[in-house]
Amino acid sequence: MQGFLASWRLYGRTDRMLRNIFGILAVLLPLLLWSAVSYLPFVWHPQVLITDPGGEEYLETGMRMNRADFARAVTEMQEQHQPVPQGIPSNPVYLPSPGDVLSAFVHAFTSSAPVGAEHSITQAFAHSIRIIFWGFVISSVMGVPLGIMCGSIPAVARLVEPSVDFFRYLPAPAFGALAVAILGIYDAPKIAIIVIGTLFQQILVIANTTRKLDFSLVEASRTLGAKGLRLLFRVVIPGILPDLYRDQRILLGWAWTYLIVAELIGTSSGITWFITQQARYQHFDNVFAAMALIGIVGLGTDMVLGVVGRKLFTWKRENG
Amino acid sequence: MVDHVEHTLPDYRILPPDVAARMEQIKKRDYVLEIERVTKVFTQKRNRTVALDSIEFGVHRRELVCVVGPSGCGKSTLIRILAGLEDATEGRILMDGKPVRGPGSDRGMVFQKYTLFPWLDVCRNVMFGIEMGGVDRLEAQRQAMQWLQMIGLEQFATAYPHQLSGGMQQRVAIARALAASPRVLLMDESFSALDAQTRTKMQNYLMEIWRKIDITIVFITHDLDEAIYLADRILVLKPHPGQVEEVIEVPLSRPRRAEQMTSAEFLATKAHLEGLIRSFGTSDDMEEEEVTIDLPLLTLVTDQVE
Ligand SMILES: Nc1ncnc2c1ncn2[C@@H]1O[C@H](COP(=O)(O)OP(=O)(O)O)[C@@H](O)[C@H]1O
Ligand SMILES: [Mg+2]
Repeated sequence: MQGFLASWRLYGRTDRMLRNIFGILAVLLPLLLWSAVSYLPFVWHPQVLITDPGGEEYLETGMRMNRADFARAVTEMQEQHQPVPQGIPSNPVYLPSPGDVLSAFVHAFTSSAPVGAEHSITQAFAHSIRIIFWGFVISSVMGVPLGIMCGSIPAVARLVEPSVDFFRYLPAPAFGALAVAILGIYDAPKIAIIVIGTLFQQILVIANTTRKLDFSLVEASRTLGAKGLRLLFRVVIPGILPDLYRDQRILLGWAWTYLIVAELIGTSSGITWFITQQARYQHFDNVFAAMALIGIVGLGTDMVLGVVGRKLFTWKRENG
Repeated sequence: MVDHVEHTLPDYRILPPDVAARMEQIKKRDYVLEIERVTKVFTQKRNRTVALDSIEFGVHRRELVCVVGPSGCGKSTLIRILAGLEDATEGRILMDGKPVRGPGSDRGMVFQKYTLFPWLDVCRNVMFGIEMGGVDRLEAQRQAMQWLQMIGLEQFATAYPHQLSGGMQQRVAIARALAASPRVLLMDESFSALDAQTRTKMQNYLMEIWRKIDITIVFITHDLDEAIYLADRILVLKPHPGQVEEVIEVPLSRPRRAEQMTSAEFLATKAHLEGLIRSFGTSDDMEEEEVTIDLPLLTLVTDQVE
């Protein structure tokens, strides 16, 4: 109990068990909230799902309407002594229940038949991941070396950083039409958008990380006779590697945010296309399943990368 | 008060015969490092700080020179110029008669901050300078292990710096600097972050190494005991602008022992140095000034502590 209270204090202490409990609650509480809203009619349920239209002509089975409108329809029918419409309280179509989403999710992985239109969630998602992967790799191949050089060579920083700063402020979508005109309508312009969205941030972020290297380490290595490329490869790069790794993790998340834009240009594709299609058909359970998939894969990758990072960089003990 | 102490103590300038002979011998040796009219001016916006003003000094081969002075008098600036980490505004540094440009492995340095490479284990840290000298990895490792043996840390060869105490880290830092086989070892308050006991051990330890290896040491400190205990000669700097106030030949025979710290010569030298430092005034730090705190009594009168 004491430990529980202590974990709420500023910089308080927690033990392992409490951390695990909080970790589970972090997942459970939102799910419980969602379930409560979905399955307990008195919590929200502002609409009525029609099960029997009764005598009202404009009603159909499966239709949703506001409770007040439904009540009006009922009284109207009662006054006219016609069959009364029946319905059950429900949430708007855009808020499917956890059960519906779960079944859509399971369905996406178990059914061989495509869901909805042409693509299944998994196919669409695999396509998205390919775009992200290549976009991020291409951006990193240019951005990481350039960033390190900007951070460690003043002349390069002076030459490169102003224009990078300029391009950074142009929103990546602004390049959409240009990218399509130059690179065609398939995957190339999409990858280009990811690269444009990531690269400029990457250069500046990594340059900054490189600058933050403890300069006394550089000085110490100089008094030991290190200079030039050896200084770069034996001191600068190993010294910034943990922070560089962390930057790359953050930038990967950044690349994800450009996916939506990238997939809408040219021929739309991937998970974004899937989501917009399904939303158009009002298959919101599929929409939510796709979103959950993105979230889970994103969180999962980041957690794996975090663990790998801690294993790789034991010398950098940031959190004890 | 200074006068009173000096009456009862011998003159610090009178060297005992063995020390005088040794001093003669040292002075016959060539200069390893020569500081030729070195001036350093820092300009920041409209602020112009003269950190060093025409410093003129020579360090003989195999000599141990300490530099003392109040904080802000340019000690660190001087040693950084010696190391080549900073350029002199005017004047130059000669190393074995040749002017130096930039840092090099002939002048090793141990900093006040712990500067071991945190991503390398202890052995790799010591190997760093050896490998920079073009020695291949296996040979570098062999030499590094010898150094670790010498400083008594061979069982920590695979430990990482963050697993070592401050004293051990500085020991490794010394070994790392020496392993690169420099001619001069520059130390900037390298022991000042250590506790008193560890510091004494490190001082003995440094002199032990210095006796065994052909190395010249320039050691900066603000601890007068440390300076007198270690040095052949003490270079006293005065602040604003940093200038050479005096060069003191320490009247203590070698090998040095802790008992000498209560000898009359030691106390005389220390009294003189303290007087000098006090005479520089307290523009930078107010430690010496009589500090009166204007504060009402906030405890019970019966609880008064003195
Ligand atoms: N990089 C710098 N830029 C501007 N002024 C500096 C710089 N380094 C040192 N100084 C100034 O030079 C003087 C000497 O500093 P320093 O050599 O660090 O003194 P010490 O090591 O004796 O305490 C101080 O007044 C300090 O403010
Ligand atoms: Mg200093």
